[in-house]
Amino acid sequence: MNIEEKIEKIKKELKSEIQLTNNTNDLANLKVKYLGKKGLVTELTRDMSNLSIEEKKEIGRLSNELKKEVNTIISSLEEDLNNKELEKRLASEKIDITLPSTKINIGGENILEKLIEEMEALFLSMGYDVVEGPEVEKDLYNFELLNLPKGHPARDAQDTFYTFEDTLLLRSQTSPVQIRTMLENKEKTPIRVICPGKTYRRDDDDATHSHQFTQVEGLLVDKNISLADLKGTFDIVARKLFGNDRQTRFRPSYYPFTEPSVEMDISCFNCGQKGCNLCKGTGWITVGGAGVVHHNVLDNCGYDSNIWTGFAFGFGAERLAMLKYGITDIRTFYTNDLRLKDAFDRREAE
Amino acid sequence: MAISMNWVQDYIDLTGIDLKNLATKITDSGVNVEKVIQNNLNNLVVGEVLECKMHPDSDHLHICMVDIGSGVHQIVCGAPNVKKNIKVIVSLPGAILPGGIKIKKSTIRGVESNGMICALSELGLEEDTKENREKGIFILPNNLENGKDIVEYLGLNDTVYELDLNPNRSIDCTNHIGFAYEIASVLGRKVTLPDITTSPIEESVKNHLSLEIKTPNCSMYNAKMVKDVVIKESPDFIKNRLIKAGMRPINNVVDISNYVMLEYGQPLHFFDKDKLGDKILVRMAGDNETIITLDRKTRTLTNEDIVITDGNTPVCIAGVMGAENTEVDSSTKNILIESAIFNSYNVRYTSLRLDLRSEASLRYERGLNYEYSTLAIERACHLLEKYADGKVLSDTITYDNIDKAKKIAKVTKDEVNMVLGVSMTDKDIQKSLDNLGFEYTYANKEYTVEIPNRRLDVEAHKQDLIEEIGRLYGYDKIPSNLPIVESKKGSYIGNVKYRKLISKRLRSLGLNECRTYTLVSKEEDNLFKTDRKESIHLLKPMSMDKSIIRQTLIPSLLKVYEYNKARKIEDISIYEIANTYYEKDKEETKIAALMRGNYISNTWNKNSIKIDFYLIKGVVENLLNYLGLSNRYQFNEAVIDGIHPGISCEITIDKEKIGYMGKVHPNILKDDVYVFEISLNKLMEKKIRPIKFKEISKYPSVSKDVAFIVDENKKSKEIVDTIKKTAGHLLTDIQVFDLYKGENLDNNKKSIAYSLTFTDTSKTLSDEEVMKIFNKIIEDVTKKHSAILRDK
Repeated sequence: MNIEEKIEKIKKELKSEIQLTNNTNDLANLKVKYLGKKGLVTELTRDMSNLSIEEKKEIGRLSNELKKEVNTIISSLEEDLNNKELEKRLASEKIDITLPSTKINIGGENILEKLIEEMEALFLSMGYDVVEGPEVEKDLYNFELLNLPKGHPARDAQDTFYTFEDTLLLRSQTSPVQIRTMLENKEKTPIRVICPGKTYRRDDDDATHSHQFTQVEGLLVDKNISLADLKGTFDIVARKLFGNDRQTRFRPSYYPFTEPSVEMDISCFNCGQKGCNLCKGTGWITVGGAGVVHHNVLDNCGYDSNIWTGFAFGFGAERLAMLKYGITDIRTFYTNDLRLKDAFDRREAE
Repeated sequence: MAISMNWVQDYIDLTGIDLKNLATKITDSGVNVEKVIQNNLNNLVVGEVLECKMHPDSDHLHICMVDIGSGVHQIVCGAPNVKKNIKVIVSLPGAILPGGIKIKKSTIRGVESNGMICALSELGLEEDTKENREKGIFILPNNLENGKDIVEYLGLNDTVYELDLNPNRSIDCTNHIGFAYEIASVLGRKVTLPDITTSPIEESVKNHLSLEIKTPNCSMYNAKMVKDVVIKESPDFIKNRLIKAGMRPINNVVDISNYVMLEYGQPLHFFDKDKLGDKILVRMAGDNETIITLDRKTRTLTNEDIVITDGNTPVCIAGVMGAENTEVDSSTKNILIESAIFNSYNVRYTSLRLDLRSEASLRYERGLNYEYSTLAIERACHLLEKYADGKVLSDTITYDNIDKAKKIAKVTKDEVNMVLGVSMTDKDIQKSLDNLGFEYTYANKEYTVEIPNRRLDVEAHKQDLIEEIGRLYGYDKIPSNLPIVESKKGSYIGNVKYRKLISKRLRSLGLNECRTYTLVSKEEDNLFKTDRKESIHLLKPMSMDKSIIRQTLIPSLLKVYEYNKARKIEDISIYEIANTYYEKDKEETKIAALMRGNYISNTWNKNSIKIDFYLIKGVVENLLNYLGLSNRYQFNEAVIDGIHPGISCEITIDKEKIGYMGKVHPNILKDDVYVFEISLNKLMEKKIRPIKFKEISKYPSVSKDVAFIVDENKKSKEIVDTIKKTAGHLLTDIQVFDLYKGENLDNNKKSIAYSLTFTDTSKTLSDEEVMKIFNKIIEDVTKKHSAILRDK
């Protein structure tokens, strides 16, 4: 058999063997059979010692060509088989994507804190600082400097927990923080603060009363400040919390530390002022109290009331949250039922 | 406070005024009319109970046969005070009561009932309280004719305003004259005061009484005497008006004192003059002096209480309650009337201490107008003369130490407009002042205003005037502006800033924020007592479960845990940041967390991550690293109250203890619950450095693994410390990758395997260099910790 015949034979054999190869294992064996060190193609160039240089060259060339050809055939099959096996594997890896997810337990804020942070962001953007004060407070700051001397009948409305004689108490309002802010500001410069904080009064806990509750109080002291400035500030709060179409109104009221004092009402968002249970048929809902800072309070804190004026306002955070989210039991904020979390762990509607 | 508009119309003409509309106007100008009660009642008649027997199927219902004039109705009645031979108010089928109850024929436990016998609270004449319900049905006088329409008799066709008063207006609007002035200021009408004329007899009270005031706490005392009074029922109009104001008629004399109080706001006290004697001495009580009050109780007094005495013996606790010894009773003939002003603080303290707050004591507390004290006593005489057949003695015995300085304040138009932010004209301001009935003069653009004594709440200051002027002008006219102030940025100041920072981090680590009560029980205060200081107890707690201010937040978190667990919530990771207090008024803000269950959970493929000590330790480390405190904290084994002794540690920063962490002791809770509590104050005292970029080495790292067999009690940290010390700066990371106990190891031994990473930022490390350090590490660890190098 001459060399050409041998090559033809190998090619023929490979062709038929390729047809029968359908997995990568067999293919690897085939590769060894033809291209291995002792493979059929390699064998062609063996025993060339008694051949002329020309013949050697010719055989070398032919066998190289064959090698390339065999390689191409095997590689192409290899790719085919690999693709098929990958497809098979992928098919076997198919999962049921409808099975439930792995729960990543993200933490969230208390409902009340969510509302407070919303208000804080609003007031921070208007240049108010957010400050805190002690909850065990002096009677002096909680009442006396706020124009509520001992024996003042208005103290009745704030039945207070005393902790030491008649001098220390659990603060019944966040207003002492206003006093502290004014007293501590030795330079007597303008003031813009809000102080969200815990407050305490002697109330039996039920759906609408809580011995512990939260106020968000604000104080602005500057020059030429009027009730109209308070109204504008309140409008911003009301619309941020209860929607852009809120109307607001002031009603005369009484607080010992402001004069004039007002109640701050918003138009009922529940009935569009047609009258409903929420607004008790009036079309208006009271959400806070406010007023022009009383001259005695300014003078008590070293701000000359002939020069300085200001306004102060206070909101009950629980009341705001109850109105905003439709919560009917104030204890909801303090039981911390984690089942509520999912409903509140989301961004607020614009 | 309930105001009868029929009554008010004695003092102000309301012709042509819609009372509902008026209520809105009054509310808008600052006196809150909470409810307008306009009754439209019918089918209410007088009935006489002819027969009354027990219902066979009930222990409290009665079956009554009631004569209503046109016939006899069988009515089932549940009131305890129903009995034979009394006249009652019957609402017949078809009646609709003020509360909305529709009366119809019905069958009550098998017995037919044709109507209802009414209590005053059911007719809206009394508040619907437990106390009032217990009083039962209202018994009418016997002289009323059966079947008579009772609506007119009870004055039920009146309009009643229910006022919700602020403390300032509780002085003048808790009486009908004062409220008439408020209406006058809203409508711009005039008030006419009631008739106080009498026809006194010649005999003077001065021959019957001497008065001595021996305390500065009585600033005014007026006394008048009325002789030969006939005690009987009051005329209907007095009774009706008292009922509507929430007071029960008793007899003409008592009713007149209440009636005058509701007119002027001045409480009066009537003594039986014959029992009293000829002297009145007002003084402070002696400590432990006693008095038997009208309610037959012996009261022990203190030197803070003002008493009226007959010279020696107390006959009245001033402003609070009279004594039994001088009580007006059915045989009383001669009356001494007191109309006085006492120090409001004393009355307040006394009435609070004795738990004897009444309509009268509240009025003394709020303050009284001395002008009305004088008028009210005359008015009482007028009524006693008219309705109790009394003879009024001439003269009044008076002690008067009132400061009568006029209350004058000045204000300008500009000041009004500046504070209110409005643009009122002088005409507007004058209209407000005129309506208020405040006298003023106007000169140099300034109003000089005299504030009448009836407005005790208005002080002599321009701010008070501005408020009065403004509320009548109308707050609806106030525009909406924003304050013109210097722009600046708002910031979180002090602890708030750190609380927010830590809160955000803990939330992102999967913990839910809680808000719990500051006040705890003694039992809760007794938990987790390590490093406990003196607790603050409330002086008068409302209940024992909220009597102490907490020093630790963990018991509160345990309660939240129990609450949620009871609701089948398995995975609970919560935290709270709150202030704690101790030693009178010392404050410490604490961060506490509680974790239990799965941190990440999958319900079906067992791929959950369970919370254990090392997980909560990871949370703490993450937080501390975030706060810039990496490499400065340590966890040291410690015995902590309430924590599992073997799974417990204290947390230190720069060697200072800042908190603790561990598993809750099984004595407290059987579940695998992990907690930590850290002092926010201590955390925030630590100064930290600014963030600086640190180059990551360009050269490859070399990793080496090593395992040691050590005593099972050996702490990993000790070995790590040795490794770090020996390795020096080239060691850039060290991790535990295996912990093994059991087969092939002695019982009391364990194997810990570490993976060490070496990096040099300036060059590629040679194997030789690394091996030199590595071998030294092995040498040091085996020597120092009696460790054996474990073969690969």
